[in-house]
Amino acid sequence: MPLNIAVPTNTTPNETRTPVSPSTVKALSQLGFNITVESGAGLDSQFSDDEFRDKGATIETDVAKLYNDADVLLKIDAPGRHPKTGQDELSMLPKGKTWISFLAPAQHPETLKRFNDHEMSAIALDAIPRISRAQKMDTLSSMANIAGYRAVIEAAHNFGRFFTGQITAAGKIPPAKVLIIGAGVAGLSAIGAAKSLGAIVRAFDTRAEVKEQVESMGGEFLTVEIEEDGAGTGGYAKQMSQAFIDAEMALFMEQAKEVDIIITTALIPGKPAPKLITEDMVKAMKPGSVIVDLASPNGGNCECTVKDQIHSVHNVKIIGYTNLAARSANLASTLLSNNILRLIEHLCSEKDGQLQIDTDDEITRSCTVVHQNNILWPPPPPKLSAAPKAAASQTAPAKEAALPIKITKTSAKAIIVYWLIAAAAMLALGKVAPPDFMGHFTVFVLAIFVGWQLIWNVSHALHTPLMSVTNAISGIVVVGSLLQVSGSGSSLVTGLAGLGILVATINITGGFFVTRRMLNMFRREGE
Amino acid sequence: MNGTLSMAYLLAGVFFILSLGSLSSQETARKGNTYGIIGMAIAIIATIVSPAVTVYSVLVPAMIIGSAIGLWLAVRVEMTAMPQLVAMLHSFVGLAAVLIGWSGYLAPSIQHSGAEAAIHNTELYLGIFIGAITLTGSWIAWGKLQGKISGKPLILPFRHGLNTLAITASVVLLVCFVMSPLGTGAVFMLIAMTIIAGLLGIHLVAAIGGADMPVVVSMLNSYSGWAAAATGFMLGNDLLIITGALVGSSGAILSYIMCRAMNRSFISVILGGFGSAGGEVVEDEEYGEPITLTHDEAARYLNDADSIVITPGFGMAVASAQQIVAELTDKLRKQGKLVRFAIHPVAGRLPGHMNVLLAEANVPYDIVLEMDEINGDLANTDVVMVIGANDIVNPDAIEKPSSPIAGMPVLEVWKAQKCIVLKRSMATGYAGVQNPLFFKSNSAMLFGDAKESVQALVNKIT
Repeated sequence: MPLNIAVPTNTTPNETRTPVSPSTVKALSQLGFNITVESGAGLDSQFSDDEFRDKGATIETDVAKLYNDADVLLKIDAPGRHPKTGQDELSMLPKGKTWISFLAPAQHPETLKRFNDHEMSAIALDAIPRISRAQKMDTLSSMANIAGYRAVIEAAHNFGRFFTGQITAAGKIPPAKVLIIGAGVAGLSAIGAAKSLGAIVRAFDTRAEVKEQVESMGGEFLTVEIEEDGAGTGGYAKQMSQAFIDAEMALFMEQAKEVDIIITTALIPGKPAPKLITEDMVKAMKPGSVIVDLASPNGGNCECTVKDQIHSVHNVKIIGYTNLAARSANLASTLLSNNILRLIEHLCSEKDGQLQIDTDDEITRSCTVVHQNNILWPPPPPKLSAAPKAAASQTAPAKEAALPIKITKTSAKAIIVYWLIAAAAMLALGKVAPPDFMGHFTVFVLAIFVGWQLIWNVSHALHTPLMSVTNAISGIVVVGSLLQVSGSGSSLVTGLAGLGILVATINITGGFFVTRRMLNMFRREGE
Repeated sequence: MNGTLSMAYLLAGVFFILSLGSLSSQETARKGNTYGIIGMAIAIIATIVSPAVTVYSVLVPAMIIGSAIGLWLAVRVEMTAMPQLVAMLHSFVGLAAVLIGWSGYLAPSIQHSGAEAAIHNTELYLGIFIGAITLTGSWIAWGKLQGKISGKPLILPFRHGLNTLAITASVVLLVCFVMSPLGTGAVFMLIAMTIIAGLLGIHLVAAIGGADMPVVVSMLNSYSGWAAAATGFMLGNDLLIITGALVGSSGAILSYIMCRAMNRSFISVILGGFGSAGGEVVEDEEYGEPITLTHDEAARYLNDADSIVITPGFGMAVASAQQIVAELTDKLRKQGKLVRFAIHPVAGRLPGHMNVLLAEANVPYDIVLEMDEINGDLANTDVVMVIGANDIVNPDAIEKPSSPIAGMPVLEVWKAQKCIVLKRSMATGYAGVQNPLFFKSNSAMLFGDAKESVQALVNKIT
């Protein structure tokens, strides 16, 4: 009996995203699942009931029936009260079912307990481990990408000027300067968006390894003078030492006076967001400046952030929206539903419309927070952490630098030895060999060197023609057979020589002709 | 040898050098082939009209039949079957060298004595030895390329011992032969050596896996050159020596380039039996499920891309998909997209094999780039299409030091925005290692025959 995946409308205000899109509905039904979508569940994301129906979903208007028939409840937000019936969602669900949504398990242990009391399995979309194998289901990355972009758009909306500098008849407009704190997925996405609007973009991150990524997006990487790498497990940053934080704050203060827009994205998992922008810094900013605080769900990186509001302090607008991704609902739903599809695909390896919760699998183990009457949060730490990798990458350049020197040393020595051996061998040969042989030998060695010099110049694309040409000209051995075919009375020798001529000629004509065929095919544009 | 003949040979030698020199770029390559033909014609005609050649009754029919067969082979060969043809032609050079050596022994033109005789006999012996290795080695290479023999490396017990034994026996026979070059004993020694060399050639190449055939073919090319050079020494003919040395060093350089591209030791190739390590690789890592695409989705990626890089491998040759790939390229380029090809040095079964196939399909050579030219650009590429390639795009070569292919330079296709891999199945490449590229979040698989898949894409892109 295939499982029925029920998708209700969202219970949180301002939540606009949908966990399925028409195209993933189709893919999910191909995996064997039945999909039931509450009527109107996709409207905020511009997915109509008809579209869902066309792709094979059942549209349900009766909320009680939707919950009662559900085997898997798939939604964006944690259990709450259904807006239509006002009933608690868990009480509408029969026992022993599976719940999939964002759950923030670290912040809300009580939710996990409720699932456990209800004998349910719960899968948290925000607990998918950040390992490369799970990238395709990493909902946090997809959402962070949108949030970073959206942060720039919100900033631009609230900022009174162009981002790009212009010189017009009416005067010169300087380009906007944007500081981005935290170069994770959201930070990098914000760098890209701000850069493409024409701003001057600077970025700061405690992890030195992201410098290249920042620069590849067109940002300038700011550093403090203190050596300390902030890479923690799972691609997040760890908390830094006090000396580092002081240096960092001094840098932000200095930047605050200069930049027009600050976007902060600094998060340390399971902890309140670090306060990086003090009220003094806000005061130091130019009037009309904008701060977008992406850490606002966790308390904010700025002291003046007010959750879910645009708050004006000292003539600076501070944007504290907690769910920026939901402001690009259609895009967010499309990406999210693809991530969720990949997750369900992972959980349904047999493609039989059933979910297998295999707690030995690293991905499944991490995101399953409640299963078989056990609260499984927190999961064991990810096997691959970024920290050892970073350490390796630091030692590697040192090794590489040492290596070439060593090679040149040994090879220089080896070259001398080779030459000495070669010279000795040549002198020894010269002592015993007859003069006739010496002449041939000279020709031989010089010809090798000519060949050596010529062949290195041949471009890679011509290696096959080169091979067939050299093959053809090595057919020159025919000369040997030609000289042997007459002169001796022996019919055996004549026969052997004749055969030699035959095969060598095949070689010559075959080789040259096939080379010609090949070379005629090489053409340049327009030839 | 009279003066006129010597000068003709010198001229022929100069033309051969010019021929190889001209092959350095596409503009002059055709001229290079012509130089080669002129050189060869001068050498053959000068030899035939020289007083040393008096009997034409065997010579003329042999040459006519030989030319006919050669032309026939060259005209009908498919470009995908070039490696086999080249291997077969190498065996002819080897055979000719063996025959000339034997004839030279049976009917010596000049009588030598003392040190000269010893050197002459050594040369003769070496000529037959190298010729025989080239002959049988090329047969095996041909068989493997043609699919007549399994591409798997043949691993005999004590294989290095067997090789050493064969070489030692040949050296002992050489010493004995040089000591007493006359009489029936010497004939048997020569026969024994020819057989041993033949077996050695078979064994050397049989121990090499199908994927390493580019190295083997260029190695045999080199051997055929050295065989010609040894023959030249025996006959005291400078033209043969020059040509043999040119071909020998050319083949050696090509094998060296191939080895470097695969990160293998040159020495172990020359000695044979390489490419067999890592035959059984323990798969210790779990990769999960790759993302698969339909033709429509793949076509959409191509439609949306501005810059596209196509990376062909042996799979394109197997499916004979080069024409349709060229058609796809043409269609995409007409839409104003930047389409380029990235060629790994060991893609295919012959050095430069992919270039020849693409040239056959009329892809302009200035959009066909080498690995080093394009690797830096891949990060700025929207879509990379990998057609039937596997090991040459394996990120493990760079990222995983324990991998059997670690250190091999590869095309870093995973740096592109999107990487679409056209492949028949999830089977591993010749190196027998899993390819984590397929599981990267920005890659997707398009399963099916390369030709059919590309045809579908051509129909679907707008």
